[in-house]
Amino acid sequence: MTPRKYLVLVGVAIFASIGDSLLAHGMQLSGSVSLNHLSRIVWMVANPWIVLGILFLLAFFACYMMALSWADLTYVLPATSLGYVLLALIARFILHEHVSMARWVGILFISAGVGFVTQGPALTHHPHAPAEEQAEEAVTTGVER
Amino acid sequence: MKHLYTWSAILVLVLTSTTGDILLSRAMKQTGNLATLWRRTGVLTVIGRILRNPSFLLGLLAMTAGFYSLLFALSWGDVSLVAPASASLTFAANAIAAKIFLHERVDRRRWMAALCVAVGVALLAG
Repeated sequence: MTPRKYLVLVGVAIFASIGDSLLAHGMQLSGSVSLNHLSRIVWMVANPWIVLGILFLLAFFACYMMALSWADLTYVLPATSLGYVLLALIARFILHEHVSMARWVGILFISAGVGFVTQGPALTHHPHAPAEEQAEEAVTTGVER
Repeated sequence: MKHLYTWSAILVLVLTSTTGDILLSRAMKQTGNLATLWRRTGVLTVIGRILRNPSFLLGLLAMTAGFYSLLFALSWGDVSLVAPASASLTFAANAIAAKIFLHERVDRRRWMAALCVAVGVALLAG
């Protein structure tokens, strides 16, 4: 794992959490959709909050694809869940919302999970994988260990 | 009735996004390390190669279905239920699916990580 790879993981976390909150905010402004008015869900996308949310989610997607090209899914997902912690911290220290005890425990759990997974290797080595990629990964992990 | 709608949307969301994650992960593993490819062949070639991968296109389709079920779920249920419930279940489902379909080595460390994050995300809503 190089510093640049950690930066991509941080990008996944930040873009996903900000994009999700923008979408959630936009959805709350537009109200609920009933199954009888399905066409309304197409119009919802015209809401500026939702448009901004989609832009952030596109940036998330680019970072996510990049991360998945050199790390396991079961590595990327827990490692990028720090975004949820970030959201809770923003709620507490910037928006001055109340963060309950249960939420602090949740933050602790997520941080522990991130700690666990980042201790281990990022990629499973499959015997049939392209030799070139394996050699490269072996070099990078070898240098850093 | 609204409750049933919400949970059905959450279930569909978990299934579609897990399917999407698995397919996208497979596509990117087939493509290879993007950073290396980028330097060797240029951005356009890399993007072209990704877009021609059937797993990627199917994964994208599943993700789009997941995105719409998220919109439905959010319009029926509270964010404080939908977001943590779907995220938490998706973390667990992904760990199982990645082991079965991608043959990733999900050792004890990774199970613990997936579980901790799933519990943590669920608690964050509290």
